[in-house]
Amino acid sequence: MTAVIFSDKDFEEKVVKGKGVVMVDFYADWCGPCKLAAPIIDELSEEYKGKVVVGKMDVDANQQTTGKFGIMSIPTVVVFKDGKEVERMSGFAGKEGYVKLIKKVLGEA
Amino acid sequence: MVRKLIIIGSGPAGYTAAVYAARAELKPLVLAGEKSGGQLMNTGAVENWPGTKEGVMGPELMIEMRQQAVKFGAEMVDKQVTKVDLSQRPFKVWAGEEIYEAEAVIVATGAESVMSGVPGEKELLGRGVATCAVCDAPFYRDKVAYVIGGGDAAVEDALALTKHAKEVYLVHRRDELRASKIMVKRVKENEKIKILWNTELKEVLGKDKVEKIKVRDNQSGEEKELVADGVFLAIGHKPATEMFKNQLTLDEKGYIKISMEYPIVTQTNIQGVFAAGDVVDYRYKQAVTAAGMGCQAALDAEKYLEQQ
Repeated sequence: MTAVIFSDKDFEEKVVKGKGVVMVDFYADWCGPCKLAAPIIDELSEEYKGKVVVGKMDVDANQQTTGKFGIMSIPTVVVFKDGKEVERMSGFAGKEGYVKLIKKVLGEA
Repeated sequence: MVRKLIIIGSGPAGYTAAVYAARAELKPLVLAGEKSGGQLMNTGAVENWPGTKEGVMGPELMIEMRQQAVKFGAEMVDKQVTKVDLSQRPFKVWAGEEIYEAEAVIVATGAESVMSGVPGEKELLGRGVATCAVCDAPFYRDKVAYVIGGGDAAVEDALALTKHAKEVYLVHRRDELRASKIMVKRVKENEKIKILWNTELKEVLGKDKVEKIKVRDNQSGEEKELVADGVFLAIGHKPATEMFKNQLTLDEKGYIKISMEYPIVTQTNIQGVFAAGDVVDYRYKQAVTAAGMGCQAALDAEKYLEQQ
């Protein structure tokens, strides 16, 4: 399973008005560290199926959402809980870093 | 299971060592770290890698190198090494939950960027404070960006930013740049870049994002605040040798000391432990020199293992 792909069109509906925990990886194709994050984000979407919606957003194609959330560095991962931002991490954190973030939000840490 | 060879690190030195060791049928295990690929993962086009006339993108070069090593039988594990014990044989290396053992080890952990440590830097990281200009430059369209540093990394960052930003300032604490001549020339010819000589970053200011920076002229002592949208740190690197302290001989700056003498140039103070790349090299620090040393380390390890 691969991560959900969000866009400016559906971000409001699927994330901001959504329920539960959603993790979004803001990335671009030309960013080296983003290339390292991509397969890990896909793995996490599988491992946390049913618990966390793991998705990604191409910052080039979706400047509206990227601007609204003040993303100024990629990769940046933002975790939302019931539509509210609860965690944010800039720079590639390795799988362990992302798992830590998810666990914190799920209260498993 | 005791392996023949463990390579710690995954920059040009580590991957090149892996290509050579794999071709020598040593079945090397590469502990590549969580952030595999090394410093070139944060760069754009690399123009000085021989054999690539049009330049090659840093991340692509590293992914290719990795695949090349895997093709010949290197095993890759993307885990961070947390501890080593080089005092007994086989050598022991801790990564994740596992302890790996090997008869020989190549240390190619490279160097990591140094943060300035000034107030505000940590708090605003990802909100205007950045370490990868190639990644983040497009967010600074028509904005004002400052690059801190004077080496090749700083100059490359400044040039990358000019494609998007309105104004780019290079803040350097000396009165000349360390960067290579071709890069310095490009900076001086670029009208968007202004250089603040003899100037040091003192503080990054802003509430939710970077708004200003405070700098100090180290000749006059004068301090001033400048309006800024972005601060890119390219001050320098330090060798990643924390876990080797008290085991391998390091120089005063923390670089691993190797024999530097033929016929076993990359040998550390411990027989069977070799080191290559930016973890050793305080002088050249190039992808191609790191790759060359990685090759030497693999050949040294191969010879050492044959003699056991």
